[in-house]
Amino acid sequence: MSRTSSIWKQVDWWVVLIYTILVLEGWLSIYAASYNFDNASIFSFSERSGKQLGWIGLSFVIAFILLMTDDRVYETFAYPVYVVMILLLMVTIAIAPEIKGSRSWLVLGPVSLQPAEFAKFATALALARLFGSYNFVFWRLKNIFKVAGIILLPMVCILLQKETGSTLVYTSFLLVLFREGMPGIILFSLFCAVVFFVLGVKFGNTVWWGATPAGEFLVLLVVLVVIMGMLLYYQQNFRIFRNIFFGTLTVSLIGFLIPLFRNVLVDYAEMALLILAAISVYLIVLYIQKKAGHYLLIIFFSAASVVFLFSVDYVFDNVLEPHQQTRIKVSLGMEDDPKGAGYNVNQSKIAIGSGGFTGKGFLNGTQTKLKYVPEQDTDFIFCTIGEEQGFVGSSLILLLFLVLILRLIVLAERQRTIFARVYGYSVASIFLFHVFINIGMVLGITPVIGIPLPFFSYGGSSLWGFSILLFIFLRLDAGRMEKLSI
Amino acid sequence: MKNKYQFVNRKYVLGGIACVVVLLFLIRLFFLQVVNSDYKSFADSNAFFKKTLYPSRGLIYDRNGKLVVYNQPAYDIMVIMRDVTGLDTLGFCNTIGISKERFLARIAEIKNKEINPGYSSYTPQVFLTQLSLQEYGVLQEKLYRYPGFSIRSRSQRNYARLSAALLLGYIGEVSKSDIEKDDYYVQGDYAGIAGVEKSYEKYLRGEKGCEILLRDAHGRIMASYENGEHDIAPVSGKNIEMSIDIELQEYGEKLMKNKVGSIVAIEPSTGQLLAMVSSPTYDPSLLIGRQRGANHKILEQDPNKPLFSRPLMAQYPPGSTFKTAQALAFLQEKAITPQSAFPCAHGYPPLGGRPACHGHASPLTLVPAIATSCNSYFCFGLRNMLNNRDLYPNIHPAFEAWKNHMVDMGFGYPLGVDLPNEKRGMIPNGKFYDKRYGENGWNAHTIISIAIGQGEILVTPLQLCNLAATIANRGYFYTPHVVRKIQDTPLDSIYTEKRYTHIAKENYLPVVEGMANAVTGGTSRGAQLEGIVVCGKTGTAENPHGKDHSIFITFAPKDDPKIAIAVIVENAGFGATYAVPIASLVMEKYLKGKIADNRKYVEDRITNTTILPVNVKNK
Repeated sequence: MSRTSSIWKQVDWWVVLIYTILVLEGWLSIYAASYNFDNASIFSFSERSGKQLGWIGLSFVIAFILLMTDDRVYETFAYPVYVVMILLLMVTIAIAPEIKGSRSWLVLGPVSLQPAEFAKFATALALARLFGSYNFVFWRLKNIFKVAGIILLPMVCILLQKETGSTLVYTSFLLVLFREGMPGIILFSLFCAVVFFVLGVKFGNTVWWGATPAGEFLVLLVVLVVIMGMLLYYQQNFRIFRNIFFGTLTVSLIGFLIPLFRNVLVDYAEMALLILAAISVYLIVLYIQKKAGHYLLIIFFSAASVVFLFSVDYVFDNVLEPHQQTRIKVSLGMEDDPKGAGYNVNQSKIAIGSGGFTGKGFLNGTQTKLKYVPEQDTDFIFCTIGEEQGFVGSSLILLLFLVLILRLIVLAERQRTIFARVYGYSVASIFLFHVFINIGMVLGITPVIGIPLPFFSYGGSSLWGFSILLFIFLRLDAGRMEKLSI
Repeated sequence: MKNKYQFVNRKYVLGGIACVVVLLFLIRLFFLQVVNSDYKSFADSNAFFKKTLYPSRGLIYDRNGKLVVYNQPAYDIMVIMRDVTGLDTLGFCNTIGISKERFLARIAEIKNKEINPGYSSYTPQVFLTQLSLQEYGVLQEKLYRYPGFSIRSRSQRNYARLSAALLLGYIGEVSKSDIEKDDYYVQGDYAGIAGVEKSYEKYLRGEKGCEILLRDAHGRIMASYENGEHDIAPVSGKNIEMSIDIELQEYGEKLMKNKVGSIVAIEPSTGQLLAMVSSPTYDPSLLIGRQRGANHKILEQDPNKPLFSRPLMAQYPPGSTFKTAQALAFLQEKAITPQSAFPCAHGYPPLGGRPACHGHASPLTLVPAIATSCNSYFCFGLRNMLNNRDLYPNIHPAFEAWKNHMVDMGFGYPLGVDLPNEKRGMIPNGKFYDKRYGENGWNAHTIISIAIGQGEILVTPLQLCNLAATIANRGYFYTPHVVRKIQDTPLDSIYTEKRYTHIAKENYLPVVEGMANAVTGGTSRGAQLEGIVVCGKTGTAENPHGKDHSIFITFAPKDDPKIAIAVIVENAGFGATYAVPIASLVMEKYLKGKIADNRKYVEDRITNTTILPVNVKNK
């Protein structure tokens, strides 16, 4: 038996099946979304659905070629591919024409490509190659710099193309790094930062009980809860937790009782800050006595949280641009602006909401047909599914994505080389990020960040980018049995 | 050294994140799609189709209640592309009288989403607009042969009287800038483009209504929404009564036929325009319907410029008619008294007989000076006024006083008539001459020709007529206007408030006397009417391009003025030759209702005369 024939047996056909279902459903959605009453042919190449079918056909060709390629090629050429992509990104910044405010399209005659879509798999390959190199140890400073460099370089290039959305996609590599040993506290801190940011901005101008700035109060409350949790998690001595817990409770009680007896308004945010300061002092004393590192960690966490909290306002007002502020405010429900910045999201929620449980049926969506939803065949494609397929259809799509991502994690874990595992996690993380941001945006949960929904959004570049990303991994997975165990 | 395998369990964290995200989205979807019904109703409201119901445009009447402009149905051909099957293109084109190329081009336009963004093959699209009744009749018979095509009726303007075209203006499709300026309009709406149709657009147009219909995903109309409970009925436009006497207007147009110029007639006691003839004019019905564009182009290219509204936009030197205004300013500024007499030696003696004058007795006082139109007299007057160092330290304040009097009499700025595009004329100020001659480089003699209405002075026929009305009123005027009543709406106060010149009433008396004498025994003898004391002043506007323009201003009766008229006939020479008899006939028609038999020959002479500049040039 030749080697290639065995490859076909080893390919994970579940992933291929899900991939096929998703691209075909995507094609139908694009047809429905760009359907304009007349050119009824779904195959017509003058229509977007026809073009997308062409891109899909080419994707299968690409997939076939990728599966037929010797899997050692990917590891061997990981760095050259990465370098070429970075160069391409840089060239794009220089020569790309400005389309809708960004310089991300490389126009070669009749063909337009978005190199940023292809930089994802190149970065994943380079990262995997780095982790897979002999005796690589992540937590050496030199290596941390290398890892950061590989991820940040394309980010900078894409940011210079003014493609904020595609830049943010690279933060999904943090999940890969987490799997490969990055301390969980970093991921947790980032999560906290997002929570604090949302609370701080959303309640930034709200005042509770007469004198308490709600945003600060809520964040400090979360910090207190997290500190308690950390104390319990790292606990060596329950007595310390008990002291802190009841101390906090007592002070809070006094704070709540004061207004009952004296006619004064209490700033509970200030009170929480005082409690936090007291706890920190207590923990510093404990650290000096016991030299236990986790006390320092907790102190550092609370200090960093407070600093972060008070810099949120500054960052929000002075660093972010007005349209970014508006987008964030709209997605946090602080501004209701159904004709302006919130228009897309509002229309997309209406379209999805009007779908009901079973949807209006294929091609019967009024919202998407009558062009109420902008970008409905690219970034807002999920609307069409929501409106025409209803809760049933959109849930199925979501679940398919979930199954795909979970399956990719399973596949990644069964790899015998670090290279393949890291690459596999990169694929899963990138898909997860895209699905989270894109569908979250359409549902009005995440801010409006223009990134495509994998396999659904109209466009050759993104479809090919995702297909290449996925099938390289399937090829690596198919060849895993030939590898020595790590 | 840490064990590499200790991170294996982190796969659960990553898988867990994916599960949490998807679960969160599923919950959100469930609330949006199943629990919350608000979005469903939002979507319904999105699927509304608001069909505009057009109001009928206000009618236009003349001062005697005669209908001038009304509405008649016009027909648009609509097409539902999807229903067009087996079309006999050639037969269809012949029926509606267009070429096959035009047909194909129009279909391509309809289908082009960039030109026609609302295109859907399920909904009626406008194929051709404004068919006439005849065209409609022909098409309707054969319509059954052309499935997909239908007819929508709309109204268009029509004219009961084929006159006053420039005054009335016309309507046409709104431009992009109209839509931007006023969000009442949408693409395809009609609005007044010129004349009364434009200046009273807000009243004439009425208010659009709307019918709320529901449509499906293909854009097809399904039903009316809640039985039309929320529909809004259109409100018809307001009718308008013009101050124009349409018969007088028609008579004026008849007299001015084959001549270039203007007749403006004002009722001095109200400022209402009785007639405003611009000649040559055109048949207003040329600018309605489908042929409007083509006809407009033909009119645009006519060398006699029938689309140019001369009463408002043509600017001429006023010539000797301006002497009346000069006399008023000189009297007010004490440069002369009615008794002052100045010599004339076939011209203005201090400058060696320039400007020249014709033969008459000398010296003259004011009244005969106006009656005989002595140039020298007014040159002395201007010199006395500008050189009066008792009143003014130098020429600048003196000239400023002169200029202010002219502006007070309505010159130099648009009067504010209720018609678009009124020109301002030209009254120079001191700075103008400073620029031309240097700050101290000019004196009364440098600019002496303005005293006799030449030099830099330019006026519109409307301003001249307003001068006549102001003299008739002895010191005030109302802003001239063509509309005197708007249905249910009071007239703008600027048309009901007197505007006073700052010249005392007694100063008007010798000027009126001079104008009366001009008719009885001076330059304007042709203006005499039996039993009516007529006042008038002729003028001749110098025309560097050809023969001079003939001008006459007049009002009557002297002591209870009913009408003030200004007539300008281009290239007609001395004022008395054509402008005087034309004004006189108009006046007779208005005051007496008909032309006396013994004056019919004047009427015939005028109507049979052709003075077109194009012909003049050919000679």
